[in-house]
Amino acid sequence: MSTKTKIDEKSQMPKMVLDVEQWLHMYRQMVRIRAFEEKVNELYLNAIMPGLAHLSIGQEAVAVGVCEALNHDDYITSNHRGHGHCLAKGGSVDKMFAELLGKEAGYCRGKGGSMHIANPDSGNLGANAIVGGSAGIATGAAFSAQRRNTQQVAVCFFGEGSLGEGLLYEVMNMAQLWKLPIIYVCENNLYNEYTPYEEATAGELTDRPKAFGIHVEEVYGQDVTLVYETTKQLVERARHGEGPAFLLCNTYRYHGHHVGDIDRVYYRSKDEELEWRTKHDPIQTLTEKIIKVGMIKQDQLEKIQAEAKQEIESGAEFAINAPYPDLSEVDQNVYF
Amino acid sequence: MSTSDKNVREITFAEAVREALAEEMRRDPTVFIIGEDVAEAGTPFKVLSGLVQEFGKNRVINTPISEAGFTGLAVGAAMTGMRPVVDIMFGDFLTLVMDQLVNQAAKVHYMSGGKLKVPMVMRTTMGATRRSGAQHSQSLHVWPSHIPGLKVALPSTPYDAKGLMKTAIRDDNPVVIVEDKMMFKMKGEVPTEEYTIPFGVADIKRPGRDITIVATSSMVQVALGAAKILEEDGISAEVIDPRTTFPLDKTTLIESAKKTSRAIVVDEGYERYGVTAELASVIADGAFYYLDAPVKRMGAMDVPVPFSPVLEDLTVPTEQSVAKMARYLCGKE
Repeated sequence: MSTKTKIDEKSQMPKMVLDVEQWLHMYRQMVRIRAFEEKVNELYLNAIMPGLAHLSIGQEAVAVGVCEALNHDDYITSNHRGHGHCLAKGGSVDKMFAELLGKEAGYCRGKGGSMHIANPDSGNLGANAIVGGSAGIATGAAFSAQRRNTQQVAVCFFGEGSLGEGLLYEVMNMAQLWKLPIIYVCENNLYNEYTPYEEATAGELTDRPKAFGIHVEEVYGQDVTLVYETTKQLVERARHGEGPAFLLCNTYRYHGHHVGDIDRVYYRSKDEELEWRTKHDPIQTLTEKIIKVGMIKQDQLEKIQAEAKQEIESGAEFAINAPYPDLSEVDQNVYF
Repeated sequence: MSTSDKNVREITFAEAVREALAEEMRRDPTVFIIGEDVAEAGTPFKVLSGLVQEFGKNRVINTPISEAGFTGLAVGAAMTGMRPVVDIMFGDFLTLVMDQLVNQAAKVHYMSGGKLKVPMVMRTTMGATRRSGAQHSQSLHVWPSHIPGLKVALPSTPYDAKGLMKTAIRDDNPVVIVEDKMMFKMKGEVPTEEYTIPFGVADIKRPGRDITIVATSSMVQVALGAAKILEEDGISAEVIDPRTTFPLDKTTLIESAKKTSRAIVVDEGYERYGVTAELASVIADGAFYYLDAPVKRMGAMDVPVPFSPVLEDLTVPTEQSVAKMARYLCGKE
């Protein structure tokens, strides 16, 4: 584990007790994301899914904890590792799988693909395959919400690799100048693709938003309750006109940069991977909390897992059997 | 249209742009202007002077010097119900916004399967001979013209500047409007009543019989000047302004070339791989069996725009050079 990453679970206990239903909802969402990503891996390895697949297994608590604190009409933008964000913001499994397979029933009629799923009906303005590329869009959505006086907030999800992109600093500056209702959620999974982030990042990550006077929070991103509680406070701030915030979530991606990134020992050890999988797993962390409270039994959680598995299997089945777009679609939607 | 018409007055190109913006901002509260020094300063060219007084700083928004940042912000605002007009002071700064323009604005509608749209206008400038050096003098309008998802308008008169701007603001797609900064003070007739100019409709700026000169933006005035010179030589030149490089009115270009049998394409972008190449190809393809001479291209010289006035003046087509090329094609040189 990186020495720079602060993981002090005991000092960051939830400030508020969530109701059981909400814990179970977040549990369900995380389990759905993991099952979805595992299915993506399977589809990809069986050559059923074309293109690239960047899995978010290990990072589920960030997507779920953040989106749980948002309203349905709040905005998010996402990145290449965005399946979890889309699901957590209300995306449906069948339309996502259909998009991943390039089918007409997909969220973008098969024209976007894994790295470009957008679902504006749930406030998802789209995943983005340019690192840091959606920072402008998210900030613009927050600007628009402020000017239209809609009380919406925007969340920009990005990895720590985006801290190398200048656009992020340009828009953070404007967000703070104009007190825009946006939360920049930085998922630090420790690696810029195949490079440890420390080799690419001078100084402390959080000093960068602090330079603009932006309110900064840092959380252990493997505990969904912490992510949720912290985001909720930042959302309240933003909704009440108190301006942008930067939320650093320390997390880990279990798989490689993409599905094809199998041999990873040259940039991170198997011991490190094992430690995160066994000691910092977001689903396991929440499971332990739920069981400790005592109101929920293990079999209830197993039921949720079985339901998620079933939903994923039937969603994938739907997508596999769905038709490709008609060839006449190729030049449709270039212009409005 | 003539000045005898009491509903027409003479105003400058800059005033025409400003009128278009003001009218659209009055009509639609979601329209706003964003860019560097657009408010009190009214841009270095003073095109926007007075707008902040009428619409306030919430709708005429000064930004930090962050072209990519405020362009990206405008894309997001456009995706969520607003109609931004982004001001990029010099066309040379398109280099700084290309990801947000090309990878984001142009592709959002397609990548989302038609669910999202980006009704954004980007105003920027082009044009050499202002002694501004290599980084403030380029005409890079071919870059957005190359990208599916973008529309590009190149007004050449105050009348066109106003009508095209109003159409751009009402368009649900990202539109790049490139204005020649040397034309802001040029006067022309503009009606007082409201009008718009549809995209993809070329304008015959001067009818003629012997040769077609297709010209864009500042080069329209150069072509009209050349046509006057040619008239003295007994050559009747037809000057056609496509007004938008995309959508492109191929039919008008081709029909004119079929009629005259000769064509020159003049544009201030670099000649190499430029707008002239595309337009010449359209004519060569569509009017091949009617042509008596090869279609000639005239663009900016393929060098970084030099500072020294004597050198800079060599880099762009002039009335004389266009007239000379026309005489050559007509067998009179």
